Amino acid sequence: MKLKQLESMLGELQQFSNPKAELEQYPTGPHIASRMLYTAENSLGDVSNKIVADFGCGCGTLGAAASLMGAEQVIGIDIDSESLEIASLNAEDLELDINFIQCDIRNLAWRGPIVDTVVMNPPFGTRRTGADMEFLSAALKIASRAVYSLHKTSTREHVKKAALRGFGASSAEVLCELRFDVPKLYKFHKKREMDIAVDLWRFAPKTNQGNDN
Amino acid sequence: MRLFTHNMLSSNIKGVANGFPLRIEVDQVVEKQVDFNPDFLRNMFPKLEWKALVDAARTMGYTELPEEADSSMLESEEFLRKLHHALLEIHLEEGALVCPETGRKFPVNKGIPNMLLHEDEV
Repeated sequence: MKLKQLESMLGELQQFSNPKAELEQYPTGPHIASRMLYTAENSLGDVSNKIVADFGCGCGTLGAAASLMGAEQVIGIDIDSESLEIASLNAEDLELDINFIQCDIRNLAWRGPIVDTVVMNPPFGTRRTGADMEFLSAALKIASRAVYSLHKTSTREHVKKAALRGFGASSAEVLCELRFDVPKLYKFHKKREMDIAVDLWRFAPKTNQGNDN
Repeated sequence: MRLFTHNMLSSNIKGVANGFPLRIEVDQVVEKQVDFNPDFLRNMFPKLEWKALVDAARTMGYTELPEEADSSMLESEEFLRKLHHALLEIHLEEGALVCPETGRKFPVNKGIPNMLLHEDEV
């Protein structure tokens, strides 16, 4: 699939109708989502024929992108039932076959190494400090191959240290810097629209991952 | 919820030592056909908990899987077709997953298992 084609298909997905500020529900735009999964597949071969989990999937954009890029199975996980409902409708509209689970990422209990790659646009931790790092820690425990994630560029050093020292990642690399459009969704937003600089990261889990729980 | 998902989910309640496999309570099962991909099944096979899959499939009304399986069976298309069907084509649409240790039920509605915990279970 071509990048443009992927982006335009993702552009048709329905987004949050009543976004919840406390969950930092911001739609992952088609521009960012398509570049994330296109890079993961074409530069690093982390998507096609793989089992991919979308952590905090929201309306399911990244999971849909993974599926369109040839993932064998996609699992979308979110805490919010309304988001999951929209995500299932989105998957149906694109005739994609995605598995969904309602769960708080912090309490995910998973048997063994099944997921190859985790993709996520985690909460940036602006409403609840540390939320982004909880997602990263959980993702690095579950992925046996790679974790793709977006984090604010302003937190780059912190993210790197946490991944390598705190969560035992064997590598942590910024693949590119992107602009994340934040539309005025919530009352506490003063400007109509702003964009913030985010890094697209690729983390590799511990190299011996997968031999035990 | 496919049995693929069931085969990796575990009860996540605090203090539960062995939360796998979750028991299945069936209200409604649906079948959806998907493309047969033998390579995927061969890769997936060593990662599966076979007994959990056989029991889950049986609960869902599918009794064709052999009690025991080893990798030599992956040569047989007939076996792969059965595995494909059990793992990917039968869905628990409505029902529940039950923690094997505490009996706590996690509801499954519209095919989505709800693994959210109550405050005192975290």
